[in-house]
Amino acid sequence: MAEKQIVLEIVTPEKNVVEDEAQMVVAPGTYGEFCILPNHTPFLTTLKVGAVRYKDKSGTERYVFINGGFSEALPNKVTILAESAERRRDIDVERARAAMKRAEERLAEAMRADAKKEVFDHTRARAALQRALMRRQMVEGGRG
Amino acid sequence: MATLKDIQMKIVAVKKTRQITKAMNMVATSKLRNAQIKMEDFRPYAAKFAEVLGSLAGKADAGGNPLLCERDEVKTTDIIVMTSDRGLCGSFNANLIKQAEELAQAQAADGKSVRVICVGKKGRDFARKTAFPIVAEHIGVVGGGFGFNVASNIGTAAINSFLAEESDEVHVVYAEFISMARHNAVTKKLLPISAVESEEVEEPGSAEREYLPEHICEPSADLLLADLLPKNISVQIYSALLETSASEHAARMMAMDNATTACNDMVDSLTLVYNKARQAAVTSELMDIVGGAEALKG
Repeated sequence: MAEKQIVLEIVTPEKNVVEDEAQMVVAPGTYGEFCILPNHTPFLTTLKVGAVRYKDKSGTERYVFINGGFSEALPNKVTILAESAERRRDIDVERARAAMKRAEERLAEAMRADAKKEVFDHTRARAALQRALMRRQMVEGGRG
Repeated sequence: MATLKDIQMKIVAVKKTRQITKAMNMVATSKLRNAQIKMEDFRPYAAKFAEVLGSLAGKADAGGNPLLCERDEVKTTDIIVMTSDRGLCGSFNANLIKQAEELAQAQAADGKSVRVICVGKKGRDFARKTAFPIVAEHIGVVGGGFGFNVASNIGTAAINSFLAEESDEVHVVYAEFISMARHNAVTKKLLPISAVESEEVEEPGSAEREYLPEHICEPSADLLLADLLPKNISVQIYSALLETSASEHAARMMAMDNATTACNDMVDSLTLVYNKARQAAVTSELMDIVGGAEALKG
């Protein structure tokens, strides 16, 4: 296949998680999932917690968990800046499960207290829960 | 005059100290290497971030963002002081604390109230002795294996108190890492964000930049900017933390290197004194024997 490839880079403050060539990249935008193919028009958007999916050179689908961030697409390059990111094989399921349990407990507590000052905790717990859920789904369900 | 035994004990003590300083030097060297790798790893993110932010700032109507607005009347200033948790690193902490104190005094002289956010034990210990209230303290961060979330937490807290008008300005005092042998205590204003530096982005004018003016932004450029500005604070705090950590290890390396050299010098000079004393003792003993023999000969 002499198709055009795009360079995909997923960068976090700690390291470059992915630096690969892709035929197609699907990312979870804040306003919905979007797909980028080669020669995409320059595009800048924010991302939510979720899975980035891409087809590498050989056509294998690969999944990367990202914890929010933003992405910049250029005709031949997609850069995703995330606060943290993990390839599917690097996800620590045990940790995700523990985090999920913790978040659920905290959420239940926040619900009970239901005071205004708990709002912050509440949103934090919800975000944590979402992250944990996403990680688990990716590992166990295959689909991200 | 110290006896032979005294000098010998002193030599042993200095040698033991040398062993410790040598070990600390090596530990600091390896930690410095790690800190430098971490700085390297962060660079692509920071560069890309600055690029996107710069190009957005050019397009978006930034005036509306509260993080960019200078307050007419600055009543409270928050100072984030980054120091190390541990000593034995020469004048590293002293320089940072001095810098922070000067800033705090200057602000206080202007009639502003100053609050301190301490990152690192040494800064906190100092802040406790002053009249400035400590808002938060983060121990065990600098010099260790911290992640971006630490910077993110500090940043979010600073932004929240800024938006709630509890503070009107936020400054950060940290150690800028220039080279192994040089690091400077510097002050940087975090909030309100002074005009986003787009000239900084100009120079690495790669081919990519040509595309930027025609970017489609989703949602709008303004909203994107509003999303990125708080992140920018975290990015800056993270890079300050990284630099402070690297500087700490570099400072400790230097200090321990100097200490080891000083130990060597001391061992040398003490050995000289010891040998002289020993020789003197031998000579006087010999004199006694010779004197005794002469006396016996009659």
